[in-house]
Amino acid sequence: MKVRVHVSLKPGVLDPQGRAIHHSLEGLGFSGVNDVRAGRLFELDVAESVTDEAIDDMCRKLLANMVIENYRIEKVAA
Amino acid sequence: MAFTSAVITFPGSNCDRDMAVALEKVSGTAPHRVWHGDSELPEGLDFIAVPGGFSYGDYLRCGAIASRSPIMQAVIAAADKGVPVLGVCNGFQVLTESGLLPGALLRNAGLNFVCREVGLEVVNAQSLFTNAYEAGQVVRIPVAHHDGNYFADDETLNRLEGEGRVAFRYAEEVNGSARSIAGVLNDAGNVLGMMPHPERAIETTHGGTDGRGLFESAIRGLVGA
Repeated sequence: MKVRVHVSLKPGVLDPQGRAIHHSLEGLGFSGVNDVRAGRLFELDVAESVTDEAIDDMCRKLLANMVIENYRIEKVAA
Repeated sequence: MAFTSAVITFPGSNCDRDMAVALEKVSGTAPHRVWHGDSELPEGLDFIAVPGGFSYGDYLRCGAIASRSPIMQAVIAAADKGVPVLGVCNGFQVLTESGLLPGALLRNAGLNFVCREVGLEVVNAQSLFTNAYEAGQVVRIPVAHHDGNYFADDETLNRLEGEGRVAFRYAEEVNGSARSIAGVLNDAGNVLGMMPHPERAIETTHGGTDGRGLFESAIRGLVGA
């Protein structure tokens, strides 16, 4: 089973990397970009026996830092 | 009474030797050197230091992988029993990632790696780690980090300030840290995390000795002057 975990900074947490990327996009001449937030994507290949609770636990214990980040789990059809 | 300390080394630590030298110079006793894969600490420790560096290549998030290593489970258990734990730079990141300290360290607001000596205000001069300083004293200690921008929500920041848990504040703009926080204590006062490197300011040949007070505080408090 393929699982994607999207990790993003919580609203309100400063994202200097996103800001730098935003700045760079503007430098390339792309207009109309209001904001950029950088995040992270994990693709996990897990056994069918792995429960949703276990995946949630993986996110909370390691993949995301709950102080500053949110996560979203997406199951991908094979 | 001898001062028994330990310095933890992870793959990618690079300030572990400096930390060990500082502890030995100030206390007179060489610390135990403990490897990340060990699951037990030496017995009878008075002090544990989690040094700076780039543990596990800063993969995932700075300090994230190290904080889940076998030895950190022993460090967390020791901290819970009251053993003093100092985390410097990457060590601070490891301590926040492990949950021993609140908050998180984000990328510096200016995006640059900052490597210079900075002024630090001693906010709490009564802690185990800072009692050799005066409250309000400004000391000069080097920083060297890319991710030292302290973040916590307002409620946590208010609590830290209200409970005297802000040990050090930057006396100048360094990295965008919330309320200029450079070092924080845990609830019980036996865990300190700080981005600046006191172990790099203990001899005159370092350019300054302002970091010595931190080790002197801890050693004096633990084994008597």
